[in-house]
Amino acid sequence: MTTVPAASRPPLEARAAKQRRRLRWRERGITWLLRLCAFSAVAGLLLIMLFVFREALPILTDRETQKEASLRGFFSTPLWQPVGAVPKYGLTPLLVGTLKVVLVAMGFAVPIGVMAAIFASEFAPPKVRELLKPVIEILAGIPSVVLGFFALIVMASWIQAVTGAPSRLNAFNAGIALALGILPTVFTVSEDALRAVPRSFREASLALGATRWQTAWNVTLPAAGAGVAAGVLLGLARAVGETMIVLMASGNAAITSANIFDSVRTLSASIAAEMAEVVVGSPHYSTLFFLGGILFVTTFFINVFAGLFVDRLRRRLAGA
Amino acid sequence: MTSSTLPAALRRLPKAKPFDWGGRIFSGLTGVAALLVVLMVVVIMGNIIFFGWRTVTWEFLTAMPREGMTAGGIFPAIFGTCALVILMVVALVPFGVGAAIYLHEYARPDAWYTRAVRFSVNNLAGVPSIVFGLFGLGFFIQFVGRNLDRALGLDVVWGQPALMWAALTLALLNLPVVIVTAEEALRTVPREMREASLALGATHWQTIWSVLLPQALPGIMTGAILSVSRGAGEVAPILFTGAAYFLPYLPQLPTDQFMELGYHIFVLATQSPDVEATKPILYGTVLVLLLLTLLLNLTAILLRSRMRARLAGRTS
Amino acid sequence: MRSRWAVYAMGLLMAVGLAHCGGRRAAPVTIKGSDTMVILGQRWAEGYMAAHPGAVIQVTGGGSGTGIAALINGTTDICQSSRPMKDDEKQQLNAKYGQPPQEIMVAKDGLAVYVQEQNPVRELTIQQIKDIYTGAVTNWKAVGGADVPITAYGRENNSGTYVYFKEHVLNDADFAAAIQTLPGTAAVVNAVAQDPNGIGYGGAAYAKGVREVGIKSDAAGAAVLPTAENVKSGAYPISRGLFYYMRQAPTGAVKEFIDYVLSAEGQKVVTEVGYFPIQ
Repeated sequence: MTTVPAASRPPLEARAAKQRRRLRWRERGITWLLRLCAFSAVAGLLLIMLFVFREALPILTDRETQKEASLRGFFSTPLWQPVGAVPKYGLTPLLVGTLKVVLVAMGFAVPIGVMAAIFASEFAPPKVRELLKPVIEILAGIPSVVLGFFALIVMASWIQAVTGAPSRLNAFNAGIALALGILPTVFTVSEDALRAVPRSFREASLALGATRWQTAWNVTLPAAGAGVAAGVLLGLARAVGETMIVLMASGNAAITSANIFDSVRTLSASIAAEMAEVVVGSPHYSTLFFLGGILFVTTFFINVFAGLFVDRLRRRLAGA
Repeated sequence: MTSSTLPAALRRLPKAKPFDWGGRIFSGLTGVAALLVVLMVVVIMGNIIFFGWRTVTWEFLTAMPREGMTAGGIFPAIFGTCALVILMVVALVPFGVGAAIYLHEYARPDAWYTRAVRFSVNNLAGVPSIVFGLFGLGFFIQFVGRNLDRALGLDVVWGQPALMWAALTLALLNLPVVIVTAEEALRTVPREMREASLALGATHWQTIWSVLLPQALPGIMTGAILSVSRGAGEVAPILFTGAAYFLPYLPQLPTDQFMELGYHIFVLATQSPDVEATKPILYGTVLVLLLLTLLLNLTAILLRSRMRARLAGRTS
Repeated sequence: MRSRWAVYAMGLLMAVGLAHCGGRRAAPVTIKGSDTMVILGQRWAEGYMAAHPGAVIQVTGGGSGTGIAALINGTTDICQSSRPMKDDEKQQLNAKYGQPPQEIMVAKDGLAVYVQEQNPVRELTIQQIKDIYTGAVTNWKAVGGADVPITAYGRENNSGTYVYFKEHVLNDADFAAAIQTLPGTAAVVNAVAQDPNGIGYGGAAYAKGVREVGIKSDAAGAAVLPTAENVKSGAYPISRGLFYYMRQAPTGAVKEFIDYVLSAEGQKVVTEVGYFPIQ
């Protein structure tokens, strides 16, 4: 080691020490900045909850608002006619409408999506699988407004020609389009879950003499069950909250009936259609935020539930 | 007694196997399901391309609309969509990448705050897009905008639907996508790189900035591109936070309203004054939006597969 | 590498964009509201901006209710409404801005009832229309047509046309829940044109591919069609004014635009679009 003259040592060390201190402060500052970025996600979620519930609060607390729109009124009035001499805020037609569309959508998307996922992971030759994946990616990339456009302009006429339903825009039309929207989610998550089942499961089953389909149905599918359930639940959450497709394709008539070929009005479409025309702070405004709160809470719980399923799948496969 | 010791005649007998009805039907059904999906996609894309390709000319993409949207082009919608998405990315990527860096590099995996962030990211992804629209209205426009106006002594400038609020709303909507893909990207950088950099005396942040981030760039871009694709396609969050139908000018300030491709499709399809006359324009706009989102998704997928191949190549 | 292409793309976009805007534009006059009036408003805007380069008029639809809410919320200069403002709405404006709104009638409109051209029913009384839309009558044979169910089309509740129809034809009774709600008059016309059992209502200007039904005030009266003379003279029973509302008396750019709208040139545009001038 070369000896450094004593006179020049302290300034160099002092400068080095200062530089080190500056770096340390910079590091600390940057760490805090990054922490802030991470908590923006938490803050975002909290703010959404806070502000949606805040604007909906007058329904539960303000006397003036409750004269026109109250919790009791939501479930006692059979009609949804918020504009008129006597505004009526009955939630029943909206809830029934949402339920009908979601049921039709799940009724199509879950069987087709799960079966297609089984095909892709168990039966399909590799070339076909390579074709299927981009097709699903394309479907996933189609914006919901385009699906709604297609349902409104093209599919509604086809469905009416085939079924002869009196209403061109109805729950069935919107449900099919919605099924197209949630299909990629159901397919992708189910397929990932099926692929994640260890090969040993399948090989053991086949070795015991089961056919490929018996293996798929009795061994692989149950093993992937939690993942498939998660995919279905995520699709459900998306179906409940989807707006543009139902806004364009469902007819938007607040009818309470069991016929899926009747027009329906969903919670999300009501918010989208009526929000522009409300005066800030009016009972109608608070009611629409209340509907938003219902949507938020419902999808929140479905998503949390789905998350639990994914955890269970991970634990089960890791332990197996 | 092995098969080689069986009499030759017995060996030649065909194995008695009943026709596997259940199996054939089942696997057939799964194939039909897959076929159905492919068919529907082909039908939708085919219909849109067939009715829309004639409208999409250079003039269509660069001219302003004329005569009540029955003629001319959709340039303001394209411009508005681009302006919206650029603002969104500028707001989104720093926060998203910062959060991903924090989660990957700094946070303890099982600490309560780490779990809170991951929980929020997962559930933010599941919030319906119309609720984001309500949030944009209730928080950005009514709360932040109105208070900003009051603080600056203005009448109504920030407290109304504007490009900036729509962009911020979309940024929050796409935050989970960017965080998840950026974290995935950071995970592909090998430990040795980080350890080498730290061993050479670099600080944690110097390592991240100079070594990890450049390596993770393809993955981060994947997230950004995916968020752009979603931002261009989502209409519900911008319905009442800034989109408009007939604007004779292009948005120049963040407080301006803007035309947007998805919103334009929605209004043309449902509220057009002359459905037949605007159908060509409608189909053309749909085709443009579809091509835009598909191109973006394709780029993101290519980037992602290249990234995954790099990771696979290294670990194998 | 990728960023270079992004810069090129941005540059191209900005170049094309700048080619369209010739310098800083004037503060826009915003008009929001009625879908019935939105084409009229756009035509006026186009005509005015052609005659006054540099002026910017921005017209958006959404329904009369949207326009009135925007006027109260302060997010528009002019509200276009196909119905007169209600007293409580005027009071809200008075309370918030210290003066009642300025109301200017800019055109007249006949609210037509449409059926498909092949429908044999050619005239209806107001009572019959009311019965159809409140759900009391659900079959065409009750009003003189074939024995088929009626599919009634209407508007969303933010539409001035909806509110006007509810007040003046239904006498404030509730619409039947089974009415198909459509977001614009053009959508109503389109639906009726494709549905042989359909009936719809909307501005007379939109009736393309459908037939307007003659309206009788009572069973004994003569059927009146929504023609220009009948609407102007008041013989057509469901005619209404189309209004512009402002928070205060118009000044500056807004006043110049209103002057154009009320001028002979502006009123000519009214007739071209299919409505009726105020004179």
